[in-house]
Order: sequence, then structure tokens, then C-alpha cells
Amino acid sequence: MSTPRYSIPGSAPSVPPRDPEGPGAAIAQAPDAMERARSVAAVLAESQVEQVLADLDRDLVGLAPVKQRIRDIAALLVIDKLRMNLGLQAETPSMHMSFTGNPGTGKTTVALRMAEILHRLGYVRKGHLVAVTRDDLVGQYIGHTAPKTKEVLKKAMGGVLFIDEAYYLYRPENERDYGQEAIEILLQVMENQRDDLVVILAGYKDRMETFFRSNPGLSSRIAHHLDFPDYSVDELQQIAERMLAQRHYRFGAGAREIFHQYLERRIQQPHFANARSVRNALDRARLRQASRLFAERDRELGRDDLTTLLPADLLASRVFAEGSAGEATP
Amino acid sequence: MITNPTGRITQGQFSFLPDLTDDEITAQIEYGLRKGYAWSVEYTDDPHPRNTYWDMFGMPMFDLRDAAGVMQELRECRKTFQGHYIRMVAFDSTRGIESITMSFIVNRPPTEPGFGLERQEAEGRTLRYTVKSYATDRPENERYS
Repeated sequence: MSTPRYSIPGSAPSVPPRDPEGPGAAIAQAPDAMERARSVAAVLAESQVEQVLADLDRDLVGLAPVKQRIRDIAALLVIDKLRMNLGLQAETPSMHMSFTGNPGTGKTTVALRMAEILHRLGYVRKGHLVAVTRDDLVGQYIGHTAPKTKEVLKKAMGGVLFIDEAYYLYRPENERDYGQEAIEILLQVMENQRDDLVVILAGYKDRMETFFRSNPGLSSRIAHHLDFPDYSVDELQQIAERMLAQRHYRFGAGAREIFHQYLERRIQQPHFANARSVRNALDRARLRQASRLFAERDRELGRDDLTTLLPADLLASRVFAEGSAGEATP
Repeated sequence: MITNPTGRITQGQFSFLPDLTDDEITAQIEYGLRKGYAWSVEYTDDPHPRNTYWDMFGMPMFDLRDAAGVMQELRECRKTFQGHYIRMVAFDSTRGIESITMSFIVNRPPTEPGFGLERQEAEGRTLRYTVKSYATDRPENERYS
């Protein structure tokens, strides 16, 4: 902004204002280099999106179909950018998505990464994620819903609006429910302000399908339906090891196998929430480890003692005790 | 204030310049958001220079990240109050400042008739002066139509 964007009549010759809505301006770093890019490699280098994709591959276990879909989306955006640079017609593709999958399959985590990728590729201007649920959108009395929904939408502009458990918006059993109003406002913005924000609806698969069936307008405006598969036991084991490593814990001798058995049993039980259940199980193991160490008042505790989870910490779980019992209490 | 060469009221920033385009307004809003200001839209149809407190159009917009949301509010205000004065106001909520840091007019009536000088004869040979906008002779909401 070294040259003024305005002109005073009769003074210096006016500077034609650069269009801030233009495609290049959306990228914070070096918009000019981005506009001159002619090859895929140039766009990738300029947007540093490859870094995010690599992080996604490395940090998230499993989820192969989701990762593939995200790569496809990234490829489309890169090619569109190149088309735009050559002045070809590049209609802004609709990027609204729905994430369906069982609890704990990484929907929120992927949404965060998605915001980052879309930002790097210049599809959204700011790249922040606003996560909301029904309570944030739907009001409690007549005339309360519209301002509430609009306020949330305004906050999400330039980024990604993530609506968790979106099916709660629509309550067919109550015809005076205000959820429908929120959906209508949402639809309007999804259609008319595609450049300004990306909406991601998330929820359990079966209930999302019912939700879409009763709101066909919503379903047809969502271009990408991503289904998050459940994790296999091996993937869960990997997730557990990563979680432990992050918190500076590790499995002691024999504990890894015990945890594998634990997962095999736990996965059969009701209320299994994939990665979330793994995290809870590990949290409970940490509790047991803490009380085990706490009991030995006079022992001097070294680094190994404090970071190691022993088989005993895992075997105390109710999953092993009862076999067929429900969710072990956290 | 009254005899100004542009023949338009001049309040806040940029008011001696030609009207800002929407792109320029967006750029100003973007600047404010980067600084962490909360924007709000205000309107009035009383152009008197002492009319400091204009009517708020909706709530001040806190926690916004992008100018698109503010521009949407401005578009709605323009639609509702055509031919009114509309200004953008940026509030800095930093402790110790907590006041308006930016303010500029983004919408004006098509014609601004200006102000007349009124003289009131008081005790002795005293004369009291005041200004009155020609527009305010008519009732609210009919002043610039």
C-alpha cells in the first residue's frame, strides 16, 4: 500500500485501483508470483500446499479414501489456478462438503486441515475454522434465529464453517422448530457467497443421510461427500502409539500386545468411538499408572518409571474383567 | 465546516476525497480487522455537525476475520436506508483505548442541500448564530427522497 488507492481531483494522475477481490490477492504471500505461475510445480511451490498434504499423510493414520479425495480437490484447485492465470474461464467450483463417519474418525481434525489447504490454494481468504453446533445457529424464539445464524456466518466469512452434528438442525417431529429457518439462510449463503466461505457439514452417516433426504436443496449444493471409514485395530494401535509419544509416554514390555488385545475386545463392544475411545483408554491407563506409582511413597522415580505404561495398568480395565460389559467408565 | 468547497458534509476520514468504491471500503475494513478492530455500521439522515451519535444498524461485529461479513452488513444497510448517510465505525477494544479509532462515510444522499445560518436576536443588540440543515425542514425518512 505504498501508492495511495484514491485520487484527489486535479492532483497527481490517478492510480487504477487493484482489484482486491482478484484471485491473487487472496494469497497472503507473494500474490504476483502466484499469478505468473504456469506449471503445477510453480503453483505448488508458491502455495506450499504440498507441505500441508504431506503433513496430512504423516499425521493421520489410515483414512485412505479421504486423503485421496483431498488430493483430488487440491489438484482441481491447482489446475483452476493455472487456467485462471492464462485467462481461461475458471468457474469457482463449489467446495461445500459433508463429512460422514462414526464418532472419533477424525472429521474435525480433517476439517482443520481442509481449511489450511483451501487457504494455501487461495480458495478462502483467511483459512480459519469456525466450529458450531445447532445451539450456535438456531434461536429460542421467533426472530432470534436469523440474526444468530447471520452472525455466525459473518464470523466464518473468509474461512470454513464446520457444522458438527448437522442433522440436529432439522427436527421433523416439531413443525414449529426454528432449525428450518437456519437451514434456509445457510442455503442462501452457500449458493450466493461461494467465494466467501466454505461450509462443511459433519455427522454420523445414517442420520446425515436422513437429513439430506429431507433437505434435498442442501444435498445438491454440497459437491463433496466424504465418508470416513472406521479404523482397523492396527490403525488404532498406531494412533495410540502416536498419542503416547506426544505426551511422552510409552508402552513397557508386553504392554503393546495387551493393548492390542484390549482393542480387539473393545471394538466389539457398544459405544466404541474409534480414536476417541483410544484416547480415553490411554487416559485411564495413565490414571492407573499414577496411582500405582503414588502407592510407593519412598521409591525414587526415574524417567523410565514416569513414562512407562506397564501391562498391569492396562489389564485392570473393565474390558478385560467382564468381557461383555459396556463402556468402561472414564 | 459549512462553507466547504466540496459542497458535501465532511466528517470522519476520507470525507474530502471522492466517494470510496466498494473495493476501497473493503481494503479499509480489512486493515481495521488486521488491527483487531470491531466494525459497525451506523446511519442517520440528520447531517448536523453536532449530531455525533448516529443510529446503529445491527450490533457491532466482534470476532470477524474477513471483510466480506462487514460488507454484507453494509449492503443490507444501503438497501434499507437508501439516501441516508451511512458510516463505518471501527472500535478498538484494547484496554486503555476502548474507543472509536476509525470512522468514515460510505453512503450519502444524492443531493446535499447544505446548511443555512440562523440568527437569533437576544438581549440588547446580541445576536446568536446557529446552523440548520435545509434537509431537516422535512420529517425524518423523507429528507432526501
